Amino acid sequence: MIDTLPRRGEAGAGARTGIRLAAVLIGGLVVLLVATVLSLGIGSHVVPPRTVIDALTHFDPAQDDHLIVVRSRIPRALLCLVVGVGLAVAGAVMQALTRNPLAEPGLLGLNAGASLAVVVAISFFGVSELAGYLWFAFVGAAVAAVAVYALGTAHRSAATPARMALAGSAIAMAVGAVTTSILLSRESAYDQFRFWAVGSLQGRPLEVTGAVLPCVALGVAGALALIRPLNALALGDDAARALGASAPAIRLGGGLVVVLLAGAATAAAGPIGFVGLVAPHLVRLLVGSDHRALLPGTIVLGPAILMVADVLGRIVIAPAELPTAVAAALIGGPVFVALIRTNRRIAG
Amino acid sequence: MTGRRRTPVARSGVLRIASFSLRLDLGGMRLAAILLVLVLVALAVSLMLGAVPLAPVEVLRALAGDGEERILRTVVGRRLPRAVCALLVGVCLGVAGCVFQSLSRNALGSPDIIGFTTGAATGAVAQITLLGGGVLATAAAAVAGGLLTALLVYLLSRKHGVTGGIRLVLVGIGIGAIMAAVTDLLLVRAGIAEAASAQVWQSGSLTGRGWPHAWSLVAAAVVLLPLIGIAGRALRMIEMGDDVAHGLGIRVERVRFAVLVLGVLLTGVATAVAGPIAFVALAAPQIAARLARGSGLHLALSGLIGAVLLACADLLSQHLELGLRLPIGLVTALLGGVYLIWLLARRA
Repeated sequence: MIDTLPRRGEAGAGARTGIRLAAVLIGGLVVLLVATVLSLGIGSHVVPPRTVIDALTHFDPAQDDHLIVVRSRIPRALLCLVVGVGLAVAGAVMQALTRNPLAEPGLLGLNAGASLAVVVAISFFGVSELAGYLWFAFVGAAVAAVAVYALGTAHRSAATPARMALAGSAIAMAVGAVTTSILLSRESAYDQFRFWAVGSLQGRPLEVTGAVLPCVALGVAGALALIRPLNALALGDDAARALGASAPAIRLGGGLVVVLLAGAATAAAGPIGFVGLVAPHLVRLLVGSDHRALLPGTIVLGPAILMVADVLGRIVIAPAELPTAVAAALIGGPVFVALIRTNRRIAG
Repeated sequence: MTGRRRTPVARSGVLRIASFSLRLDLGGMRLAAILLVLVLVALAVSLMLGAVPLAPVEVLRALAGDGEERILRTVVGRRLPRAVCALLVGVCLGVAGCVFQSLSRNALGSPDIIGFTTGAATGAVAQITLLGGGVLATAAAAVAGGLLTALLVYLLSRKHGVTGGIRLVLVGIGIGAIMAAVTDLLLVRAGIAEAASAQVWQSGSLTGRGWPHAWSLVAAAVVLLPLIGIAGRALRMIEMGDDVAHGLGIRVERVRFAVLVLGVLLTGVATAVAGPIAFVALAAPQIAARLARGSGLHLALSGLIGAVLLACADLLSQHLELGLRLPIGLVTALLGGVYLIWLLARRA
């Protein structure tokens, strides 16, 4: 499923990967930059690019356009960056830990856990502030992650992709049923919940980004520190042991990283699927599965994909706005299918 | 995923009628008999319970067309068609799940995971929100949506003339996510009344299902189940590998396509009647495989287990008082999820 490192004997393999990685990083950054500029200009009220630049360089609070850009669209773009990085790197680490090409926060039940926690916060604890749900969502995602992992690896058997995915979908569906039935019984809770649950980046105050930023930063640092162990794990548990790495220890560290990243991203933006799945696959397709190249590429392409989705979501049914999660699935789905069709490493 | 397997040869007999012979698994027969009894018990209980509790004698008299007008109306007019719907939707989903898991050689290859149920829901939601409802039209749209989705998944997962395996599951998950996003898009764009009625349909319910629904299910079952039974023989050989099946003179891809269409029709009809019902198609074949302990295809057992599951779920959704509204789709999700969690926790 995830193939091994380039062998030492393969002359030039490392150099080729380096060049490809540079291309991915530069290309990704260009896309990210363009999408960010568009994201600052496009919306229910279109601000021309010149005014966007003006607002950034010579901010004038008296001008409405400047206010829109600085007070509403910049926070949204920042959140998009943080969430995109969190989801994508979480997906890459999950795929490595579980050796499961389908691993991503949504499919392994983290979104479902976060959703249930938010609904419980609204219905039973009377929490009404976005900043208040944040920690509930975080805990919910973390509990779901631990539960799926524990189930997937119960009885000392290796965490096979099928077991892990089965555990994820079992927990997601059971937890989702409880969530929906609470919502069906309490209409006022549904009204609040749907603003969080549409997986939107709209109307999130800057404090939300501030609250999750340290978690995402810590998670990314942890993921980068795990590059060598993750590469060792890709060779199999036995091979990892032979290389002096303890598979359970790597899984524990990686699990913490995933919980930090995916928990923070989901808490801030609601359940957004596909970014965590598509970004690592796309990077793997372009640079191979050595985590030294994979993780940096993912860090750039993740937010680029989410930013493009966010911008398209505002264009497609303008003047109405498509929830970012829906836009992400509409873009991510076809990319994902195309990947499966073209990449022999994923599905033979 | 099936755990230890016992060879069924020792406990099997052969039924020969002229040139037609059928090897019967005696253990499987006993299991089927037990399941049939369970089905009848569930049927009896669902006819007795309700706002007006009835004694078994009264139910039997009503079924014979005798007794008070009021009781006749309750039993024959309301409870019987609903119970028949529950049982047949269960059979359809159980058999469809078995077919798809065999086609994809994957425990996750059930119609609710690989997008067919979602596609059927998209069709129905499109009909409700764009064209304005109508029970028959919604049902037709559900079947059409399921078929179109399946065709798309089939075509996209085809490579070098071959469909099966993990690629089918992966493509199905991708297409399913796209269809779910399209559904959300339709709901976002729809008026509040249409969106509300589409939401209710989407959580899956058997409330108010009467004889027209039951008869359409009976008709579908009478046509489709025997055809799948016939194809089951070829399917069992394909499970031994494409090459082996080829060697035995089976046109693998043709059988696959035919079985796929039949399975999708079953799923579509069930979804049309009850809305998207999660997990029965996923869990029933898995339960069948574990109870029967034999390798191979368990079409009949999966169907019976599906019927028992859905009948019990319907009883719970009607009579369980938790202070929560639990439509049957949520009950099945909850039951199936809890069951799979238990299964994963218990056995390696």
